[in-house]
Amino acid sequence: MSSTPEAKVAVATPAAAAGRPPLPWRPALEGVVIPVGAVLVALALFGLFCFVQGRNAFAVFAAINKAAFGSWYAFQNTLVRAAPLMLTALATALPARLGLVVIGNEGALVMGGLAATVAGLAVQTAPLLVVLGVMLAAGMIGGGLWLAIVGALYYQRGVNETIASLLLNYIAIALLNHLVNGPLRDPSSLNKPSSFPIPDEKMLPVIGSSNVHYGLFFGIAACLLAWVLMEHTTFGFKVRMIGGNIRAARLAGLPVALLGIITCFLAGAAAGAAGMVEVAAVHGRANESLAAGYGYAGILVAFVARHRGLPIILVATLLGGILASGGILQREFKLPDATILVFQGLVFLVILFSDSLYGKFGFFKEERR
Amino acid sequence: MKKHFSSLLGAVLATGLLTSAPVASAADKVTMGFIYVGPKDDYGYNQAHAEGCAGVQKLPWVKGVEEASVPETTAVQETMRNMIVQDGATVVFPTSFGYFDPHILKLAKQNPKIQFLHCGGMYTEGKHPKNVGSYFGYIDEAVYVAGIVAGHETKSGKLGFIAAKPIPQVLRNINAFTLGARSVNPKATVQVIFTGDWSVPVKEAEAASSLINQGVDVLTCHVDSPKVILETAERRGIFVCGYHANGSKLAPKGYLTGAEWNWSKVYTDYAEMVKAGKTLAAGTIPHLVRGGLKEGFVKCSDYGPAVGEAAKKDAEAAKAKFMDGSMVIFKGPLKNNTGGDILPAGQEYKQQDIELEKMGWLVEGVLGSTKS
Repeated sequence: MSSTPEAKVAVATPAAAAGRPPLPWRPALEGVVIPVGAVLVALALFGLFCFVQGRNAFAVFAAINKAAFGSWYAFQNTLVRAAPLMLTALATALPARLGLVVIGNEGALVMGGLAATVAGLAVQTAPLLVVLGVMLAAGMIGGGLWLAIVGALYYQRGVNETIASLLLNYIAIALLNHLVNGPLRDPSSLNKPSSFPIPDEKMLPVIGSSNVHYGLFFGIAACLLAWVLMEHTTFGFKVRMIGGNIRAARLAGLPVALLGIITCFLAGAAAGAAGMVEVAAVHGRANESLAAGYGYAGILVAFVARHRGLPIILVATLLGGILASGGILQREFKLPDATILVFQGLVFLVILFSDSLYGKFGFFKEERR
Repeated sequence: MKKHFSSLLGAVLATGLLTSAPVASAADKVTMGFIYVGPKDDYGYNQAHAEGCAGVQKLPWVKGVEEASVPETTAVQETMRNMIVQDGATVVFPTSFGYFDPHILKLAKQNPKIQFLHCGGMYTEGKHPKNVGSYFGYIDEAVYVAGIVAGHETKSGKLGFIAAKPIPQVLRNINAFTLGARSVNPKATVQVIFTGDWSVPVKEAEAASSLINQGVDVLTCHVDSPKVILETAERRGIFVCGYHANGSKLAPKGYLTGAEWNWSKVYTDYAEMVKAGKTLAAGTIPHLVRGGLKEGFVKCSDYGPAVGEAAKKDAEAAKAKFMDGSMVIFKGPLKNNTGGDILPAGQEYKQQDIELEKMGWLVEGVLGSTKS
């Protein structure tokens, strides 16, 4: 089993062995040209949509670019929106390597936010770093246990993981509503039932003088860690082996259920951290605003990024940029508020479709035949 | 194929460079930003505010900028920031209740020269930034009038109320509707169903069908968009009272009347104050603005074709009393629907009474519980 990486290296060099000049940059180029081409096709389709709506498509593109990436001011808007998506995307991406389709991101985020709130309130008089550390740990454990349930149900009882995780979303949101309407409710929150607030000075601050909070670091760090874990450790290799062929993994003596449940726990922990960030950096308390759809958007990000840690950072930033530019389409071009959803839908559909094009172009092969 | 992409890319970049000139803004104009949590055409809460924005823009010196479907997350902070920085808005109206804490409070601290006006929130002196204000309407007055019409037109005596959440603003409308109906039809009851959220059209349609199946023949609601409830009532051939905005188009036969916001009036008042150089921080714009039928903050929809003369007469009489200030909706003797006393005879809660903003009870005649 541990000899397989070397075997991979051996397979990768037949061209050199045959004496022909290797062209290793060509497969790498494929990984750039196909997604970039997909984005351009989506832009062309969206341009057509704008044309039908009677707007100058190029002016709209320019405005989207300006509102999302055009300046540091605009880019902060993009980053603020991207931060939670990086974390919630991991909740789908990690189990996907096991071959599971888990969509419990929203529920894990809510449970993480709830756990972080309860823990934060319990230690609110402690120093800032202690409060934040306890909240983060509680959020990750809360979200982690929530998705560990999905893993346990699947590996121990054969319950379909997609349905189980979807239903757990509803349960988590119902639990949130029950708790903030009942046991956790701050009686002064009349028309929007909420928990008691975390003190302002114990909240997660913004980075320097920007508008971006430290949640962005959590997101980038988690994606990097996930990437290293899944691509460069034996744990990741075992997980991918289960995803590749669960029977072979069992025959090889891997503790399949344990590895699967641990991976689901890590997935939930990532989304739980997103919930903690929402509470600690944005809302300061738990209420219905926790279930704002970041979890569901994360599913999209994970699929478009093909469940890899590094691309998640890029795709989340792209989606953050798209969401950030929604406002200017309404304010400057008087386009309907759903326009940005049309754009988002086109971009992601074309990118997902472009997945089927890998390996179809001879040019991107390592050697000419 | 690749060639086309690169030429397109070139075109995109070129246009990007050419058209990135800043948005021109006339210095003599008052720019007002309006933010809605849902779509502008929901026949409900958001449409009412969008109509207010359209109304205030009739002033030639007002420029309104709008964004719809903005969630109650950091997204609304970014929208407010963009309106202030990119569009030059000097006053913003983030209209959803959930925008207030923490989003408006945070941006208000960062932008002390901008007026932040919020619909429904409670400004607290000393606790909130001085450039924050709140406005709201006593819409329960218009709901009470709708209740009178409903009490007249019901044949079964069973009225239905589809509500989002058992919070004070909603309970106040349920109670006002019930008291209005029972003021002309003491045997009328109001069956209430809470859907649990502000916009869940499927649950709202189910609730409407289920109430109609139980014999309810007049429906009303307090959800963000009454659209499916109006449509369901019309299809099933019963009466309906609208809420937030005029819904008579969706129920041309069964629409009795409805409680509507008149935000045009409120926004025009604010625009005049801002133009005159008044600010919240200086105290020249009041921090709390409230009003009902008399002040023109709320209004009743025109009567539908099914409304009889007797109903119109009683409704108009009640309106006249609201207009001269002599009407009090919540007055003793008032019992709750579990038999307990709320107010003894001779006592009353006037519109401004803070007790009403903490309402946790349902009056006698309401079938349902805040725990449901």
